[in-house]
Amino acid sequence: MVAENLNTTKISAEKIDLHAELIESGVEQVLLELDNTLIGLEPVKTRIRETASLLLVEKAREKFGLVHESPTLHMSFSGNPGTGKTTVALRMAELLHKLGYVRKGHLVSVTRDDLVGQYIGHTAPKTKEVLKKAMGGVLFIDEAYYLYRPENERDYGQEAIEILLQVMENNRDDLVVILAGYKARMNTFFESNPGFRSRIAHHIEFPDYTTEELLEIGNNMLDQLNYSFTKKAEQTFLEYIDLRKAQAHFANARSIRNALDRARLRQANRLFKENKGPVDAQKLSTLEENDIRESRVFSGGIDN
Amino acid sequence: MKLRQGAFSYLPDLDDSQIHTQVQYCIDQGWAVSVEYTDDPHPRNTYWEMWGHPMFDNPDAAAVVYEINECRKQFGDHYIRVLAFDSTHGWESIRFSFIVNRPKEEPGFHVTREEIKGRSMRYTINSYAAKNPEGKRY
Repeated sequence: MVAENLNTTKISAEKIDLHAELIESGVEQVLLELDNTLIGLEPVKTRIRETASLLLVEKAREKFGLVHESPTLHMSFSGNPGTGKTTVALRMAELLHKLGYVRKGHLVSVTRDDLVGQYIGHTAPKTKEVLKKAMGGVLFIDEAYYLYRPENERDYGQEAIEILLQVMENNRDDLVVILAGYKARMNTFFESNPGFRSRIAHHIEFPDYTTEELLEIGNNMLDQLNYSFTKKAEQTFLEYIDLRKAQAHFANARSIRNALDRARLRQANRLFKENKGPVDAQKLSTLEENDIRESRVFSGGIDN
Repeated sequence: MKLRQGAFSYLPDLDDSQIHTQVQYCIDQGWAVSVEYTDDPHPRNTYWEMWGHPMFDNPDAAAVVYEINECRKQFGDHYIRVLAFDSTHGWESIRFSFIVNRPKEEPGFHVTREEIKGRSMRYTINSYAAKNPEGKRY
């Protein structure tokens, strides 16, 4: 039976080394970079690795003339704010470019305002303009659910959605669309727009970071700016993260960035107040316990 | 009579993937690509109708091919051409143009001969199709 199949499809005896292919295409490098530069996000990384493998296998099958379908690559990224959706989308564009699924590999990041017009007849050209710009690359629609406003019948968002769906279907080889947003609202969005759900093959969820991961992220950010915590400051920062997490409007990595910005502000202020003569590089780049401790979060207030 | 204007006009018509390749070349050169159409193909008719704006910031030719196909849907029986404008100092003009769509039947041009001053002759050409009013030419 198997032998017969082999005869009818004329499978060539050639062989392909998938692993070599992985390294040669530069995909492995992007994946490694993803592993190294992004902290946590294990489920996301696994999903991306899986997707990359699938696409590579598809390519290999194509080479042998086996039946292959040009896969649907449109994706949805759902997760809380600050969990790295945009960053991963950028990497995704690079990855798809290396795999040869998009020709240019640039990322066009838009929100509702870039797609939906203000008066009748304004929306279609606007949406098309954006879609054309994204062709050959990846279109990243942040907070995609704002496109759909069920409470307003005459909302132009619906028009943008229709054009999007049409292009997503007809120009599948030309661009990849990634929808992103908070999980709960994305789910309602997909429920009310079944057309989107069926056209999106990969739903990737971004989990929240743990406190330790957030600390690591904070340390990385400081590192890039040539700052560092003292041991005590690091402990305080852990406390800070725990307190801040329990408060409203916590935005993961973004909140960390903001907290560090304010800590740097306090540090600068402290250096002036202390006024102990000339300072050295060490002093200029160290954040101390009090720089964190003075945050309003510790006195029960909201820090933002 | 097949209209011979612009590049590639002595070759068989380009298909979409060939158009894509040519347009991609233009984009990579940094030229602004635009689509134009007309039903009056007289060689002195320099300015055709614009199909949308020139596309300055599309990195990929798929956008242009998409617009060409949109234009074909509406003006399938017109001439459609692609222009590439080079804005670099010193050039500031069209570098490249080629026809991507033509009517099914091209009746060609009529030569009008006019006798002037004794035996001198003056020549001009008119498109047969352009005799009909605009919109009813092909």
